[in-house]
Amino acid sequence: MTTTTPMGHGRMLRKEDRRFVRGRGRYVDDLQLPGMLHLAVLRSPVAHARIVSIDTLAAEAHPKVKAVVTGAMLAERGLAWMPTLSGDRQAVLATDKVRFQGQEVAFVVAEDRYSARDALELIDVEYDLLEPVVDVRRALDPDAALIRDDVPGKTDNHCFDWETGDAAAAEAVFARAEVVVRQELVFPRVHPAPMETCGAVADYDRIEEKLTLWSTTQAPHAHRTLLSMFAGIPEHRIRVVSPDIGGGFGNKVPVYPGYVHAIVGSIMTGRPVKWTEDRTENLVASGFARDYVMQGEIAATREGRILAVRSHVLADHGAFNGTAAPRKFPGGFFGVFTGSYDIEAAYCSMTAVHTNKAPGGVAYACSFRIAEAVYLVERLVDMLAAELDRDPVSLRMQNFIRPDQFPYTSRTGWVYDSGDYPRAMELALQIAGYDELRAEQAERRARGAGEPLMGIGVSFFTEAVGAGPRKDMDMLGLGMADGCELRVHPTGSAVVRISVQTQGQGHETTFAQLIAEELGLHPDDVDVVHGDTDSTPYGLGTYGSRSTPVSGAAAVLAARRVRDKAQLIAAGMLEVAPDDLEWSTAQGGGRFDVRGVPGSGVTIQEVAMRAHGAGDLPDGVEGGLDAQISYNPDNLTYPFGAYICVVDIDPGTAVVTVRRFIAVDDCGTRINEMIVEGQIHGGLTDGIGMALMEFIGFDEHGNCLGGSLMDYLIPTALEVPDWETGTTVTPAPDHPIGAKGVGESATVGSPPAVVNAVIDALAPYGVRHADMPLTPSRVWEAMQGRAAPPF
Amino acid sequence: MYPSRFAYEAPRTLDEAIGLLHDGAGEAKVLAGGQSLVPLMKLRFANPELLVDINNLPGLDRLETLADGTIRVGALVRHRDLERAGDVHRIQPVVGAAAPLIADPIVRTRGTLVGSLCHADPQGDWAAVVTALRGYVVAQGPGGRREIPIGDFVTGPFQNVLAHDEVAVEAVLPGPRHTVAGGFLKLERRVGDFATAGTAVAIELDGDRVTRAGIALTGVGSRTVDATGAAEALVGRALTSEAIAAAADAAAEAAQPTADHRGSAAYKKHVIHTFVTRILTRVSTTSEQAA
Ligand SMILES: Cc1cc2nc3c(=O)[nH]c(=O)nc-3n(C[C@H](O)[C@H](O)[C@H](O)COP(=O)(O)OP(=O)(O)OC[C@H]3O[C@@H](n4cnc5c(N)ncnc54)[C@H](O)[C@@H]3O)c2cc1C
Repeated sequence: MTTTTPMGHGRMLRKEDRRFVRGRGRYVDDLQLPGMLHLAVLRSPVAHARIVSIDTLAAEAHPKVKAVVTGAMLAERGLAWMPTLSGDRQAVLATDKVRFQGQEVAFVVAEDRYSARDALELIDVEYDLLEPVVDVRRALDPDAALIRDDVPGKTDNHCFDWETGDAAAAEAVFARAEVVVRQELVFPRVHPAPMETCGAVADYDRIEEKLTLWSTTQAPHAHRTLLSMFAGIPEHRIRVVSPDIGGGFGNKVPVYPGYVHAIVGSIMTGRPVKWTEDRTENLVASGFARDYVMQGEIAATREGRILAVRSHVLADHGAFNGTAAPRKFPGGFFGVFTGSYDIEAAYCSMTAVHTNKAPGGVAYACSFRIAEAVYLVERLVDMLAAELDRDPVSLRMQNFIRPDQFPYTSRTGWVYDSGDYPRAMELALQIAGYDELRAEQAERRARGAGEPLMGIGVSFFTEAVGAGPRKDMDMLGLGMADGCELRVHPTGSAVVRISVQTQGQGHETTFAQLIAEELGLHPDDVDVVHGDTDSTPYGLGTYGSRSTPVSGAAAVLAARRVRDKAQLIAAGMLEVAPDDLEWSTAQGGGRFDVRGVPGSGVTIQEVAMRAHGAGDLPDGVEGGLDAQISYNPDNLTYPFGAYICVVDIDPGTAVVTVRRFIAVDDCGTRINEMIVEGQIHGGLTDGIGMALMEFIGFDEHGNCLGGSLMDYLIPTALEVPDWETGTTVTPAPDHPIGAKGVGESATVGSPPAVVNAVIDALAPYGVRHADMPLTPSRVWEAMQGRAAPPF
Repeated sequence: MYPSRFAYEAPRTLDEAIGLLHDGAGEAKVLAGGQSLVPLMKLRFANPELLVDINNLPGLDRLETLADGTIRVGALVRHRDLERAGDVHRIQPVVGAAAPLIADPIVRTRGTLVGSLCHADPQGDWAAVVTALRGYVVAQGPGGRREIPIGDFVTGPFQNVLAHDEVAVEAVLPGPRHTVAGGFLKLERRVGDFATAGTAVAIELDGDRVTRAGIALTGVGSRTVDATGAAEALVGRALTSEAIAAAADAAAEAAQPTADHRGSAAYKKHVIHTFVTRILTRVSTTSEQAA
């Protein structure tokens, strides 16, 4: 299906911005309940130590303190450990050892936030320091300290092994290939750093025996189930409410110990308890992203035909495996590392290890590890181009999966739904003025010394988003479906209840537009309800660009069910057969007319009134006009895009300036193009951040070096250029309106474009590769022919 | 990020402020713009029992330029005031070059130059500017006023020479005798970042001959580095490319950077070299054009 008219009023302003731009959003930390207490968490100052003793007497004596809780106390209730989304377990409060700096050791509940923190200073913990495991490459050394001695029988820091593709086939191709390029590529640990940190308000009603948890979660329903299974509170007695969320980027997918602390605190005190992380706690202890050391190899003919890609990944999962990934995919969707190319063989093996670092690994527009995969293949293709002395664009064009090959099954078993890669690439070249840029670069290089070093970087990505089909995907046994309930009121306005939760993606607008499009309503007449498990249908939440592919499809199909029913009622009203009716939304209003007789029929509003009102309905048709659906996608959707980045490097300071960035995205049918562009702008900013400055580093003791926003740098408007975006539309064949996810496209596609541009700029210095973040110092070291320093 | 309990006083006179500090016996702290002190308190790195807010003291917001070119910067003169003070920039261009590179507009609106000197952050920008200009701080305590040359004022990282009951009331930048030139360059990894390396250069020229020179560096030592040697080598000479290269070499030599997440030591020295070269080269080409 290709639509030319904009869907559901196209580029309308976001409905939710009416409150956001006035400062009237309601976030968890805005919540004030009568009698509410405040919780603060004592965290480990060191990365690895045995807890010898904890003395809480002085803290308990503080006049404003209501409760002080340690791991030992939780252990008595069987609550000291909780399951992670990857089937590992994580300490709610440390009992035996601390395993990363910032780990939760005790918590205090007090009458105000200041007193809670004052009391933390009164808790005396004696630690017996242990050797920390910081360097991921040393984690499996025989003499490395054992981190997970809580797991019976465990003797090393191994977390899991995983492989995909065909090792023998890949080996055969590599053995006979004319050209092989190898490179170690590090995608360092970064942090999603949402503006709003994590937090919760727990309110346990002892009389009703009901827990209400307002929390910063991207997946309220999944959290309810997990909390019920873990805490033993029946699921119908838990209500999870995710109000306005100030950014998630995957950081708010996991269940954090802090949520559990708030619940325990409320049960113990009988009063509502609020926990809000501060900035340092968020950066140091909550879910990080990336942290892959990748050995990449690409094999090709001398003519540039890419034959195979192979990689070995060493994955740092921190102290606990807290990755959010479907169960069968411990390495996430890294399997798409074959990229956008039609190749003969592929193989990847992955070894994941534990280190004394914070757990997590979901995030940064989580992308289920596709960011890492795209970075791997797009750097390798660029390095191959350099090796063959080929233009990186023509090399990609030569190897693209052709439009006529879709649906295309990759060598790692992914079924790419649709694509027209050359078209997107050509549009990007045209917007960029690629040939002129190359001419300018040649001219500047000829002029030589003193000129800024100009670089042009290209990347092309294909993502796999919209997890996921029931047959392949679940999280802790929960299928990755999403629900939708749609109710049309008698006067023809509607409420749609969805199972996903917006953190800035504009769901209140997009979903209203989807319903409006299908029912011929105005989006302002459709209210979107989300985030409250008591009033929305079950589903797995918003991450991995899955809302539009999964929940969006559910909304469309629910609306179509309503329309089918409306057609029956309209037929009754007009005394014709349903098949004699024609649906139209010509003047912006949905109506059924007798085929060939425009204006003869009834509007959707008139049908809604009849559905609820007096007068007979056709036989077998119930009153009311609503529908409910749970949507299980048949396949993922595969958005793609072509990105071109132009950088200038100051030869005297090695500072990289992004001069231009061209992004052509194809996410199938676009609903609200403005919102899509906003997602792309944000993701591109993320990508420039990761490529140039963002980095969670550790010193040799395991101290986190990124604990504030003065240390963990996120780019501002001044570090990014005016984005130049372009669009192609290749609809998704398995989605009811042809839409693909787009939330992570730009985050995934942009880092290799920036890095490729920087390396291109440094070509005169003979630089083949340098790892992110390409801070001025690291770029300069590369120019000196030195490997980047350890920081 | 919640500070521990503290008392707060907002005196109306300097004497009252000094009295409060005196009684505080080392547990009281002056609050000026609060842009360094408040973050430290929120992190509980600083836990003063009493804050003596000097923002209501009369006269301290004065930014004066005297007939001889002396510039007096009162303790409540904000970074933003200095960013916008065209008359000051005309006398000492290095001040105009540095001010807009400090932090972001929000911080500049509150933070003060004198507070920055008192805070003595090895990565602070103003101490380098004041050092290059051979400025001094005027302090007042129960025993009266004293003038403290900037080189003596900062004693180490986050340490100054003030007694616990002394208030720094102003910083003074002495007037120049000849044509002034100079500049300030700073390497930020992102806008609003503290210096990975920064260089303040202040030069006086009589014709094409350098009569006075100050070069000071920030971010490349445990305190502001006064690259006196590099500067002095310029005095009496014209700004030839050899003289510039020698000064840049000497300044890079004087820098004592350590490797950290901002960069390697070698890199930071390289940046200092680049910055000194750039500032002096610009000075020499503009004065050639003027001639
Ligand atoms: C986000 C951010 C970015 C920043 N970036 C930069 C930067 O790029 N470059 C830079 O140089 N600085 C930077 N700063 C620091 C900023 O310039 C501060 O304003 C400055 O360091 C301190 O000035 P203040 O007036 O805010 O002092 P305060 O924070 O009020 O005080 C700082 C210290 O000095 C003492 N003090 C202050 N005034 C006096 C006085 N008159 N007499 C005696 N003691 C006094 C206080 O007791 C305290 O110990 C940044 C700050 C922030 C928050």
